[in-house]
Amino acid sequence: MTTTDGPHTVNRRKFIGYLLGGATVVAAADLGMVGRGATADAGELPTLPQPAEIADLSDLLTLAAAPTSQLITVTINDDGTASFELPRTEVGQGITTAAAMLIAEELDLPVDKVHVTLAPARPELLFNQITGGSNTIHAMYTPIRVAAAVAKGALLQAAATVLGDSANKLTSHLGHIVAPDGRRVDYGRLSALAANEQPETVEVELKDENSHGIVGTPVNRIDALDAVTGTKQFATDLDVADALPTMVCRAPTLNGTPNAVNNADEVRNMPGVTHVAIVPTGVAVRASTFGQCIDAVRALDVSWNDGPVAGMSDEDALAGVRAAEAPAPELPAGETVSGDFTFWFRSNSAMDTNSAVADVRDGRAEIWASLKNPNVAQGRIAEAVGIPLNNVTVHVVQGGGSFGRRLFDEPAIEAARISQAMGVPVKLMWHRADDARVGRTHPLATSRIRACYAGDTVLGFQQAHTSIETDFRHGLGDIITAKAADLPAGLGNMPFAQVIFQLTTILPYDFGAVGQSLVETDTRFNTSSMRNIYSPDVRTANELIVDQLAQRMGTDPLEFRLAHLRNGRLRTALETAAEKAEWGKELPEGMAQGIGVHVEYKGVTACIMEIDCRPETVGRKVRNAVTGPRVTKATMVIDCGRVINPRGVEAQMQGCVNDGIAMTLTSSLHLRDGHFQEASWDNYFYTRQWNTPPELDVVVLESTEPPGGVGEAGVAASAAAAACAYARATAAMPTEFPINHRTLSFEPKPYSPPVPQSPTDGLDHTY
Amino acid sequence: MPEQTFVVNGERVTVDVEDDVRVLWVLRDLLGVTGPKYGCGINVCKACTSHINGKAFNPCAVPVGELSADDEVTTIEGLPAQTAEDARGPHGLHPMQEAWLERDVVQCGYCQPGQIMAAVALVRKVRDEGRTITDADLDGIRNICRCGTYTRIREAIRDGETRM
Repeated sequence: MTTTDGPHTVNRRKFIGYLLGGATVVAAADLGMVGRGATADAGELPTLPQPAEIADLSDLLTLAAAPTSQLITVTINDDGTASFELPRTEVGQGITTAAAMLIAEELDLPVDKVHVTLAPARPELLFNQITGGSNTIHAMYTPIRVAAAVAKGALLQAAATVLGDSANKLTSHLGHIVAPDGRRVDYGRLSALAANEQPETVEVELKDENSHGIVGTPVNRIDALDAVTGTKQFATDLDVADALPTMVCRAPTLNGTPNAVNNADEVRNMPGVTHVAIVPTGVAVRASTFGQCIDAVRALDVSWNDGPVAGMSDEDALAGVRAAEAPAPELPAGETVSGDFTFWFRSNSAMDTNSAVADVRDGRAEIWASLKNPNVAQGRIAEAVGIPLNNVTVHVVQGGGSFGRRLFDEPAIEAARISQAMGVPVKLMWHRADDARVGRTHPLATSRIRACYAGDTVLGFQQAHTSIETDFRHGLGDIITAKAADLPAGLGNMPFAQVIFQLTTILPYDFGAVGQSLVETDTRFNTSSMRNIYSPDVRTANELIVDQLAQRMGTDPLEFRLAHLRNGRLRTALETAAEKAEWGKELPEGMAQGIGVHVEYKGVTACIMEIDCRPETVGRKVRNAVTGPRVTKATMVIDCGRVINPRGVEAQMQGCVNDGIAMTLTSSLHLRDGHFQEASWDNYFYTRQWNTPPELDVVVLESTEPPGGVGEAGVAASAAAAACAYARATAAMPTEFPINHRTLSFEPKPYSPPVPQSPTDGLDHTY
Repeated sequence: MPEQTFVVNGERVTVDVEDDVRVLWVLRDLLGVTGPKYGCGINVCKACTSHINGKAFNPCAVPVGELSADDEVTTIEGLPAQTAEDARGPHGLHPMQEAWLERDVVQCGYCQPGQIMAAVALVRKVRDEGRTITDADLDGIRNICRCGTYTRIREAIRDGETRM
């Protein structure tokens, strides 16, 4: 077997950067377009390289970002600290910490002397302000280091004057430039001296990556102290003058629209309520407290127009997908294994519900929200409220989770419309019920697979994935490609979906003629990418069939995979996982191990899960909860290329394991009568403490490959491992995910009024 | 409008608001105490978990009119002061917060104030029962974390228990 490792670049350390004019040192990078190529060798029964192995989504995003990388700047402040406005959005994935580490490394500063904030919308960045595809580190690893190195060079030059030594004899140490005789001067003092009146082009040499002292070591999150003391601010925590709590009363069918409010005056006179206004998405109320907003939403009497899926259920949506399925592809002659899998709607609702603060008055708009595509939001807000782009300011706020949700901007647009309609600032927050029911979903999909083999040789493997449309109308993060993706009838979105599917889909085995295709249909649902987009479903279907092939050939699932893998890094990861998880160990009947592997984001993951499907476990009772089969142990091994922060990688992998378990075993949305039924975290069964693996091991492999992405990297392998373990424990291959979807495990809350009232018995439940 | 008087983080406050407004909104929207987070408003997600007279409660499910002038509400902001100064950790925080920092539990951070307040109450509860935290206790924690930080939460609670 041979390897098809990711593209390599020469270990380039010399770059051009800019020193910008100003009162302190402001430095920027210039990357040019870094050429990338790939090598792919063929194995005995080769599968030709798939598109994503030659250039993947990360390459696309990185190349698109490169031309504007000179607009990314690091500033040295006169107190000796460094500042950096990250043109990406922190939503828990750890990129502010990673950016601080890269700057600290190159500048030789302690990490806590680097201040990383989120840049507001900067349209001039074009394709360089999208937070998606786990691409931040891949795209910004070099630009951030170059900008920091340019700043460091300027400090050395200034220090040479101060210390009377030539710059190349000086060294840096934790915020000081030091002369050979020990005299030293701190960065703060040098900052003003090193400032340039005019921009200047300079050449810099980056630190040798092998001598990194901060990058590659475990560092705690730079916002951890704020988070554990309750001072970390999310959009609804912001104190913007007069931006009172605001909520929206929504229709009883998905995307229904308001026709008329029949009791606006009555509601306006309720305690605390200041305004009631109709907007395209519902009826907005503004009050002194969110509690009074809930009361007002529940009291509103609104005539509604039905939404576009009124009356529909899951089964109808599935029938639509079935009707769109293309004929099964041709396979070489041989014995076949096939599977037909259904993946129901899943929610990417975060803890921090859709929210935004907006002040739209006097021809100006100012918005605060967690946005992964702030430039698209700026353009759409300008259009929605009829204000020129230059008068729309979009502040990017850290998000309490995203999972794909914050690629889109509907809370920001809705808040802007409400503020404009009411003529006052508003703090809009979606109720949990709305966030779960109306918020975006991972679309329902089917995946059909046929594989054929002769003896112990797999001759071909074909997969036809068919899905409700996945919305990519954020384009590449700029308003132009977002517009292109928004052509009518899904015609603009379709090519985006095809490109993203092909650039993220890799079957990492030598299985002869491999083909994987996507068809999407039905634009009526609110969908978006959900952590790892297509891969969790695609790879779960793949790995279940891989186990079927192994079984047909009488081979152990691990041995079969190792014999057919065509990626050397993945082989190492899987071997490591198998050893750590004690693959093949004795387990009682009703328990089993399962394997999932994945290649994406310039890295590889291998996951082995151990599941307990014994009746006493499956039947355990927790109030208002789904218990069911329990993953008792999970082992996740990742090679994500050169590691920036192993502690952050470990955290992301733990989260990915919990996501994968939820996708396979417990969490889905149920569409009934034109609306999703889930309105609570006790309806939508994301992994809870009683589901999470009591044993969870993460191994982060050392690597000298270029750094890849980690935020989503482990979901596909986890989802697949849980499915394969379940199939082996129960001796039956599941074909619907999550496996519990057919059982509705909760009493649905009413659609009208659209949000539930808060309980009043909290003092009866203290502990 | 009725006057509501109670104690928040050691300070007596009086707020003009109707009796039925839940304590969460009084804290967040009227007093600017934003450590307790909104995650559902129906006492399910537990992101707003705080303490009342030393016990865990969810202010989203308590009308402010039910509080009396001597009821002491402690939010995450007031947790460090619940510990004697010499028992606080290197960051000057409650031992459970210090355990959270040491294990780098947080990801997005949104649910974590509630997780920490729940953890402190859980340790006190089992201690009152004359025992230590078990796996079953940890399995029974209802606070949801959509980032999936559960493993580190479990490790930090066990560590925090030994520090408390």
